[in-house]
Amino acid sequence: MDFGPYLFLATLEGAITAAVISLTAAGLSIVFGVMRVVNVAHGEFFMLGAVLSWWIATAVGVHPAIGFLAALVIAPPAVGLLAALADSLVLKRIQYDPERTIVATIGLLYIIQQTALMTFGPDARPVEPPFNSRIALPWIEYGEGGFALTWPWGLGTTTYKLAVIAAAIVVLAALWLLMKHTRFGLIMRATRLDRDMALAFGIPVHRVYALVFGLGAGLAALGAVLIVPVQQAHYLMGGDPLLLSFIVVIIGGLGSLPGTLVAAVLIGLSDGIISVFFSPTLAKILATLLVAFVLVFRPEGLFGRRRT
Amino acid sequence: MHDIDESRRSGCTTMTRRKAVGTLAAGALAASGAMPLAGRFAQAQSSEPIRIGFQVHRTGIGAAYGRWYDRTTQAAAKRINDAGGINGRPVEIIAEDDGTDPKRGAEVVEKFATQHNCDIAFGTLFSHVVIGSAPRAGELKLPYFVVSEGHHVASGILNRYTLQPGITDVKSQVEAMGPFVAENLGKKVTMIFPDFAFGHDHRDYFSASLERQGGTVVEKIAIPPTETSFTKYFPRIPQDTEVVYHVMVGPAILTFVKEMGEFFGPSSPEIFGFLDSLEAVDLASPGLEFLEGSYFWEGNPRYAQPDQSEHDKLYRAAVGVDDNGASVSDSKDVSTYSHMFGCWETLYVVKAGMEASGYAGPADRAKLIEAVEAMTEIPHSAEHPQGAKIFNGKTHQVFGHQYISRVSDGRLDVVHTTSIKDTFYEDETDYTAQSF
Repeated sequence: MDFGPYLFLATLEGAITAAVISLTAAGLSIVFGVMRVVNVAHGEFFMLGAVLSWWIATAVGVHPAIGFLAALVIAPPAVGLLAALADSLVLKRIQYDPERTIVATIGLLYIIQQTALMTFGPDARPVEPPFNSRIALPWIEYGEGGFALTWPWGLGTTTYKLAVIAAAIVVLAALWLLMKHTRFGLIMRATRLDRDMALAFGIPVHRVYALVFGLGAGLAALGAVLIVPVQQAHYLMGGDPLLLSFIVVIIGGLGSLPGTLVAAVLIGLSDGIISVFFSPTLAKILATLLVAFVLVFRPEGLFGRRRT
Repeated sequence: MHDIDESRRSGCTTMTRRKAVGTLAAGALAASGAMPLAGRFAQAQSSEPIRIGFQVHRTGIGAAYGRWYDRTTQAAAKRINDAGGINGRPVEIIAEDDGTDPKRGAEVVEKFATQHNCDIAFGTLFSHVVIGSAPRAGELKLPYFVVSEGHHVASGILNRYTLQPGITDVKSQVEAMGPFVAENLGKKVTMIFPDFAFGHDHRDYFSASLERQGGTVVEKIAIPPTETSFTKYFPRIPQDTEVVYHVMVGPAILTFVKEMGEFFGPSSPEIFGFLDSLEAVDLASPGLEFLEGSYFWEGNPRYAQPDQSEHDKLYRAAVGVDDNGASVSDSKDVSTYSHMFGCWETLYVVKAGMEASGYAGPADRAKLIEAVEAMTEIPHSAEHPQGAKIFNGKTHQVFGHQYISRVSDGRLDVVHTTSIKDTFYEDETDYTAQSF
């Protein structure tokens, strides 16, 4: 394939990764921003979303579109509910102590992963996309007769993959509106800025925490529900999104939503493009290197606000 | 490598193949009544089961194979026990999960030898697990019968205790595929394979086989076995490719094949795959329609063929597989039919070896290995339902027929069966020269 169309295809694939990672990382970022909890189990909530999505789609089973829609509506809130429960049963009991929450969420990670293995099993299972037709993409080429539209071999995508990108943009926009223009967003921001003051103003901080933890997990699950028709559900699938989310959140700045988005696009695209032209390992190496540089030269992240 | 070289050197002076066969003959003579007391003693032990440590991929990327390896193994053990066991003793399968992980694999082998007091270890598939476990089996002097398909046994990098008598290796499989691909599909081939030992075997030996037929491999695309999205790799397929040769493993194989279809759209080159890319995957899954008319290597035909043998019928029923290669209790649960017969056949080789050597306990492990090494022709039978085979005692590797099938109307129809001779290559090692 020629360089131009090749790069275009790699960018498109990277955009899908970016879309899913931005949702997952936004969840991680909100949880850290508001609660100061480093949620190591975040990737497992992602996996749960995918596994539940398979379960629901299979149980509904009439038409793939209905099954998928049911999964889209049910799975993220269900995962969110479970996360909220974990918050009040575990994290609240250890007073959100930073060190102990890390250990506790590592415990959660194993409990969720092994429960999925014991119930869902070790196999990868597909969810049928609600719609999926291949679109061949045109490419502009300069030939003898000037510019002309060509249809390079292999340059194409599917309608579903484009829908994933669109859905991620819509969800992120909704999340931004929720944070900036609703009462709940105000309360969340107040809790983030000063927990004690929020408590003094009568904000039920513990309930906010449970909601935020649930929201974060729900976002990860939503990302998974969107990607599972492309990738399949598997009990070990939580590892990569966790790592990528941390990379994205550190680069973008913990707690900064626009930063998370920019970093997700950066990491998603570079992962797509570098792994195509060089190797997937090099893509991971560069991402990790970038994290190191950000931590050294701009510890608050590209978009984070420096604490004074 | 050091250990192997050393043992090989010392082995030259102590044990030759002829000597080994001589010992075997003496053993057989002894068992046949020259020593009645010993015979009666063996009879007295008969209640003690023969313990076979079964190293199985229950979790990790090989789990789908593990599930079917387990069913096949249990079915074979039941059939052996129903027919009176081995040397009058029942067979007990002790299964341990290796997590499809080489490190865990070696630990499992150790558990078999030291905790479970197994007579032999048996079973696992993924080549990196075998390569990780075999040295430990050699150190523990535990016969290790693998059902792995990789070329690592016959290549000589393992040891005298590791044998592969129930399934053919990748090198012999692809040796036999090269001529078919070059003659029927095209001479410019792009290979897509997983980036570890098993995939490298495909890359190296298929390229060589194709070049001998006057073809060329125009591009080699290695994909990490844990990869979950594949579209980004496909643009590396050169435009002048006539045939895409694919072999993939791991939980994401369905995604792999689907994305390949989406990439090519209506203008695909010829496609030749190893069924590994579709093991445990329903051929009727949405998105796989483009495979219609493409070709697959099969180790053992998944769909019951019109000329199905009695033996395949019996084996299929015993394991619980229907005529479409899926579980009889769940038509969505598709088997790993191209590989799992290896478990059945290996257990019967073990049985034959133990009977020939008069195996009575761990002290006879070396005798068991010598007895298996002495095997040559294995006839097509209920014990070997995939077909006749020839075992090479020097390289510890079995050779057999390979099948090439074409996808038509959503099922696989065998269009070509290779001879055993097509799969031969020159010996690369002689394990019988190693000491025990």
